[in-house]
Amino acid sequence: MSAKVEHHPETLIQGNPKFSSVTQHISQIVEDKTKMGWILLFGLSASILMMLLGAVGYLLFEGIGIWGNNQPVSWAFDIVNFVFWVGIGHAGTLISAILFLFRQKWRTSINRFAEAMTIFAVICALLFPSIHVGRAWLLYWVMPLPNQMAMWPNFRSPLLWDMFAVGTYFTCSLLFWYVGLIPDLATLRDRATTKIRKIAYGIFALGWHGGNTQWKHYELAYLILAGISTPLVLSVHSIVSTDFATSVLPGWHTTIFPPYFVAGAIFSGFAMVMTLALIARKIYKLENYITLNHLEKMNKIMLVTGMMVGYSYGCEFFVAWYSSNPYEQFAFINRAFGPYWWAYWTMITCNVVVPQLFWSKKLRTNLAVMFVVSILINVGMWFERFVILLTLTRDFLPSSWGWYWPTIWDGMTMVGSFGLFFTLFLLFLRFLPMISMAEVKNVLPQADPHYHVADDHNADKSVKPHPKPGIEPGTAMGGAGL
Amino acid sequence: MTVVANSIKAVIAEFDTPADLMHAAERVRDGGFLKFDCHSPFPIHGMDKAMGLKRSPVGYIVGAAALCGFIGISGFIYWVSAVDYPMVISGKPFFSFQAFVPVAFAVTVLTSAITATFSMLAINKLPQLFHPLFESKNFRRFSDDGFFVSIDAKDPKFDAVRTGEFLKSIGGKNIEVIEVKE
Repeated sequence: MSAKVEHHPETLIQGNPKFSSVTQHISQIVEDKTKMGWILLFGLSASILMMLLGAVGYLLFEGIGIWGNNQPVSWAFDIVNFVFWVGIGHAGTLISAILFLFRQKWRTSINRFAEAMTIFAVICALLFPSIHVGRAWLLYWVMPLPNQMAMWPNFRSPLLWDMFAVGTYFTCSLLFWYVGLIPDLATLRDRATTKIRKIAYGIFALGWHGGNTQWKHYELAYLILAGISTPLVLSVHSIVSTDFATSVLPGWHTTIFPPYFVAGAIFSGFAMVMTLALIARKIYKLENYITLNHLEKMNKIMLVTGMMVGYSYGCEFFVAWYSSNPYEQFAFINRAFGPYWWAYWTMITCNVVVPQLFWSKKLRTNLAVMFVVSILINVGMWFERFVILLTLTRDFLPSSWGWYWPTIWDGMTMVGSFGLFFTLFLLFLRFLPMISMAEVKNVLPQADPHYHVADDHNADKSVKPHPKPGIEPGTAMGGAGL
Repeated sequence: MTVVANSIKAVIAEFDTPADLMHAAERVRDGGFLKFDCHSPFPIHGMDKAMGLKRSPVGYIVGAAALCGFIGISGFIYWVSAVDYPMVISGKPFFSFQAFVPVAFAVTVLTSAITATFSMLAINKLPQLFHPLFESKNFRRFSDDGFFVSIDAKDPKFDAVRTGEFLKSIGGKNIEVIEVKE
């Protein structure tokens, strides 16, 4: 990395703020009086969450029979929603880990709430398999714990892989997020005016004093967390896809599933980040931090991953034809032209056709367009999982064909999970800094210790020249990151 | 002054910009001080070198933990699947290692993440909710836009007056002696 590039980075944060104005602006969101808009949204989300609690309570009381699950569709809305929510989480990890390793500094404005989104999405995802086991109080049986039955779980089962993969994913995301939060929690602690804030932020900031002896270990730990989260972006949804791919069902037993699922996950996750970013940006006036440039870059990623997903749909059809396997061929013709054709074409329209709008610069920089598209993409990605599920309705023998339709309880649980997600997200917006202040300050031009050297060329003689030009920027660990 | 005896913990000085702080760090290092720190709202590139610090050991710790995690979980899966509870499942051998990769991988990653986080906190002596520097009101700006050098009283060259003068001579402002009530 040459020093020249370091000295003239693109403007990531608009309005040329000072360090203190960054602190002021972001901390104020947490410190000010609660906004009316927040109260209304929180009331709505919390009410929907209550519906979820009711639906889950009745499920635990009555049993899985209240859902639409049947034979042959023994996995139903729960697996659709599980895969949907896990997928949403992936964009958060991609932004926080992969973009960090690639030194994409524009991630600093969006990584904090993208990571929060990951954690809350994985919580929603974990809900579904947990309640689908029927006797949720025996959930610990999936863990390899010594027990009086002298039984151990089956390590060859993709469902067990799932438990480990998603459990690891949740823990790593939480640690990564918390480590990133420590310096900002210290900021809130040092600004705190009320006793409760002093104590609460004081405890969670752990006594951070921002000395370089701390930053040194902190930066390396952060880099390692980014490094080990990176394979998770690819592995978690690959393992989720093996729930399907290791079965012998036509339409499921395909090797394209892992990459196809990962692309879809990133696609839907970015759409969710976009939806949330646009709302938060509007309510909290963060236009200088989450700039049109950030949004445009996310739209480009959506365009690319959308094309990958579209390619996968095409590839599946091609392989079905090329395999000469009549069951495989039927499974795909049935998807597109069978009784659930509308689900298939909703998926194609939302995931493949709609993102093509982003080829036009005018459309991908239009806020209204991107908001609508981001929601349509998530609708489409939900339908993708629904379409995959419905493959179960018609497999080899027509005598065992069936039909699936969700019940009101399925619907309430699904809608309720959005209540859970948005309740958690709104609490996050209210009580934690939604943009990483330490990282944003670090991408401001004046954060570079060679800032004055660059200015010297502009004949600004009033500033001091750099004392020791021997030190190259970017040579230290985490040089251009964080 | 209260009757309670105070003990001097450190001397701090404020600097204006990251460049000034780095310059100061070099001067303090060259001045022969060993126990000092440079506080900033964000990590400053090149500061490790300016302060004469070695590379963090967190990487080696995580590497060792990851290796232990991988060997531990692989051994455990082998023991469960082939020794303690052998079951024929879809005609696979008891030790069908291909099927064990996902869990072994996940647990290795999990061990590494937990070790990275907690070894970093342990090396940084966190959580430690009180630190003598928090006695200074001005110092609280380190998490906003302040850049500070602190020289610990335990440093062999430390002397409350002369160290303060030294910090002033290298451009430090708002020199403060940090005292804690014993």
